Amino acid sequence: MKGMSLIVKTITNIVIGFIFIYGVYIILHGHLTPGGGFAGGVIIAGAFVLKFLAFGKGAKSEKKSSTTASVFESIGGLLFVGVAISGLLLAGTFFLNFLPKGEPFHLLSAGIIPLCNIAISIKVGAGLFSIFLALAAMKYIMED
Amino acid sequence: MIELYLFLVFMLIAAIIATEIKDLLAAVISLGAVGFSVAIMFILVQAPDLAIVQIVIEVLTIVLFIAVILRTTHVDETIRKKLSGTQIFSIVMFAIFAILFLIVMFRSLQEMPDFGNPIMRVASEYIKLGLPKTGGANLVADVILDFRALDTLGEATVLFTSAIGVVALMRKSGRKKKK
Repeated sequence: MKGMSLIVKTITNIVIGFIFIYGVYIILHGHLTPGGGFAGGVIIAGAFVLKFLAFGKGAKSEKKSSTTASVFESIGGLLFVGVAISGLLLAGTFFLNFLPKGEPFHLLSAGIIPLCNIAISIKVGAGLFSIFLALAAMKYIMED
Repeated sequence: MIELYLFLVFMLIAAIIATEIKDLLAAVISLGAVGFSVAIMFILVQAPDLAIVQIVIEVLTIVLFIAVILRTTHVDETIRKKLSGTQIFSIVMFAIFAILFLIVMFRSLQEMPDFGNPIMRVASEYIKLGLPKTGGANLVADVILDFRALDTLGEATVLFTSAIGVVALMRKSGRKKKK
């Protein structure tokens, strides 16, 4: 997969950090403002997709990033289940909100909801990016 | 209210264009018009959470479609060919079943609550208990990650399964080599 022109590459370099930060903001403020783990994860996946489409890489690194994305997706899923099971172990109910609730409208509030948001964002972002890689970018399948 | 129906008509037209046009890039753009109309409708009925997710997913889907189309072909060869007998038969059968379904649905649709006036038997409890029970200011996050977290776990499993399916279909190892 070849990269795009110099204009696209330069603009991508400028913009990609902002997209990433915006995704992180949407995730971390998921329990305060509209958004949450799913939307933020997709935004972060979009940042990776932009980088991938603009620059393009050789077949080997495509395979490598696909493996990394799969690993991260599994980590996200395990984190989500881990939060649920820790509720079961520490307080006796699956998915119980066992952490202190904190003050409403503050960043550190709402118990396990921010943790769940982070886990879901890792899972969704890595999952969508690996689907993108598999469908649109895996050239080494076609070549043999 | 009237603007919702306008968007509905626009979506119907865009969907028909997306299935009938010969150039696949134009079809993808009409599909994007449908998706973004859905996002605008979510905003109009005051559901910003859903609107954000819809916009972001729509952008990613269009980019994915275009990336695939640029690698394969622009033109859909199957459109506007002469229909064979079996295709005409299946279209007629589909139309008959759709009409039957609508006739059967008619009575139950009359029993439904009016648009925009839900019964709120379950939701009123969520709205009352959301902030005191969970401490989260965003009620949607309270519902999907606290009251109904098990549903979210199932949803995450669905996404995981689809990713596994796609990667397993497209992988290189385990595939027979063409000679």
